[in-house]
Amino acid sequence: MTEWLFASAIGVFTACGVWLVLRARTFDVVLGLALLSYAINLFIFAMGRLTFAAPAIVREGTPATLAHYADPLPQALVLTAIVISFAMTALVLTLALKGRFVNRSDACDADTETRFEDLPR
Amino acid sequence: MTPAPDHWLVVPIVLPLFAAVLLLLLERIRPAWQAPVALAVTLALAVLALRLAAVADTDRIGVYLLGNWRAPFGIVLVLDRLSALMLALTGVIALASLAAGLREARRGPHFHAFFQLQLAGLNGAFLTGDVFNLFVFFEVLLIASYALLLHRAGGRALRAGMHYVVINLIGASLFLIAASLLYGVAGTLNFADLAGRLPALPEWDAGLARGAALLLLVVFGVKAALLPLGFWLPETYGAAPAPVAALFAIMTKVGIYAIIRVSFTVFGGDDWMNGWGRPALFALGLTTIAFGAMGALAAKRLIPLVAYLVLISSGTLIAAAMLGAAALGGALYYLVHTTLTVAALFVIVHAIADQRGPRTDRFGNGPPLAQPTLLGLLFLLGAGAAAGLPPLSGFIGKVLMLQGSGHAPHATWFWVAVLGSGLLATFALARAGGSVFWKTHGAPTGLPMAPGDRAGIAVLAAAGILWIFFAGGATRYSLATAQQLAQPRLYAGAVLGQVPVAPPTSSAP
Repeated sequence: MTEWLFASAIGVFTACGVWLVLRARTFDVVLGLALLSYAINLFIFAMGRLTFAAPAIVREGTPATLAHYADPLPQALVLTAIVISFAMTALVLTLALKGRFVNRSDACDADTETRFEDLPR
Repeated sequence: MTPAPDHWLVVPIVLPLFAAVLLLLLERIRPAWQAPVALAVTLALAVLALRLAAVADTDRIGVYLLGNWRAPFGIVLVLDRLSALMLALTGVIALASLAAGLREARRGPHFHAFFQLQLAGLNGAFLTGDVFNLFVFFEVLLIASYALLLHRAGGRALRAGMHYVVINLIGASLFLIAASLLYGVAGTLNFADLAGRLPALPEWDAGLARGAALLLLVVFGVKAALLPLGFWLPETYGAAPAPVAALFAIMTKVGIYAIIRVSFTVFGGDDWMNGWGRPALFALGLTTIAFGAMGALAAKRLIPLVAYLVLISSGTLIAAAMLGAAALGGALYYLVHTTLTVAALFVIVHAIADQRGPRTDRFGNGPPLAQPTLLGLLFLLGAGAAAGLPPLSGFIGKVLMLQGSGHAPHATWFWVAVLGSGLLATFALARAGGSVFWKTHGAPTGLPMAPGDRAGIAVLAAAGILWIFFAGGATRYSLATAQQLAQPRLYAGAVLGQVPVAPPTSSAP
């Protein structure tokens, strides 16, 4: 049951994320990226196998196998992934806001052939 | 007694990281010191990378255990011939683009710090020995590249930059799925350990691992601008200032490096990768060449034209790398040549656009250049090298790749694509040059090139000419690299066999 719920949560997050990313407004795209990163964080976590009440640090008296412990490595990986995706979301938001004010539009699908004249001098 | 670890392996990552922090400080307190410090650090990196390449040329695979943990458990840095080649290339390109970027650095904030962070990310991506740190260094180099691309951008350039950021963030998501999937089935992320464990997986898990490999190839295909994932490239490179575009010449090569690393070192022994993966990549490479050639012919401006040349070279490299060891050796020679050439062409083309006043880089009648002879000769040299005309290095690289592809199946298609794209690129460049240099009226309005731009082009040209003059040694190195990649056991043996440093024997007080 837990596996089923967990997998569905990842699926729903991914589906919503992909749909939002494919929309043509930067605000939706940013939200979509955030949802995608949630889905991925859950997925990384699940790749260490779902366990109940299992510690990640070796205790005396319990044999040191993965049958008795949660795999600590995906937890370390997911921590890194969370930090990076958080920073990236902040960066994209800043860019989206700047674009919103400079271009006076939230659209991000327009024809955008960049010309030499458009480069900052 | 174990030999002392080679601490030089970690310096290409640590030095630019510290330099970036120092440069941020200097920006506040001693702005005039930034340029000399940045130049000194970049020069030191280039010299160090060349020394490391000389070490790798002895066929010794250098392994550095970070934190002194034995290989599959800790983080490793690995220096084999391919990594050393890419490090040396990064060093040279970085030196040239920094020289060309001294003017850009005075215009916008934090340029020098971002530049060093970008170098740290690039060097780390080339040195790391596991999938997750490859992801981390990709993010480091990408976030620095966003900043370099966009720190002064507005309007259209900002929108083009937004596309680049979003597509790379989605790439990062796929990368994480692939990395965690690999960990889920194989229980390791170390390249060498993965290579050993993948063939032993049960059928169902092996299918998942191949799914992860495909996801990784999609991610690296985005970086390498392989069709159908490369449509972001002309737009983004068009939005980059000259020195940034020159540095970005190495960015597509990171994708190509990663494709080679994954398909040879990690999945080299996998029948499915050899039977299906490589032919598919070969076909995609050929389509990329065709698309790039058409884009170059259709371009109405100089800068997009050069960007399409990048696509042609990406396609050529991927297609050749999938045709066997001899063709891969040729491709590695060609990789160095094409990166140097494209970087130089970006600086030249931006200088031309600068001198043409309101006409910028559009083809057609415009004011004459302030330095028509110098820029004309440089453009001719760059265009000849890019199109692969003898006696320049592009010609040698293409000959090596075509010779190496000899008995491979479908090699005919590769011949058609390489020779055809060379012809079409020659047309496109000749038309562009004729239009820009000869259709002129009025008096020149532009200013001569900045000394930094000239120094940057001089560095790239010198490197390119050395690559021709020492083509014998360069070819030998490239072919030896391909041989080494064809034997992933050497890599795995060196990484997994590396012994940690013994703890100091503590004498009782």
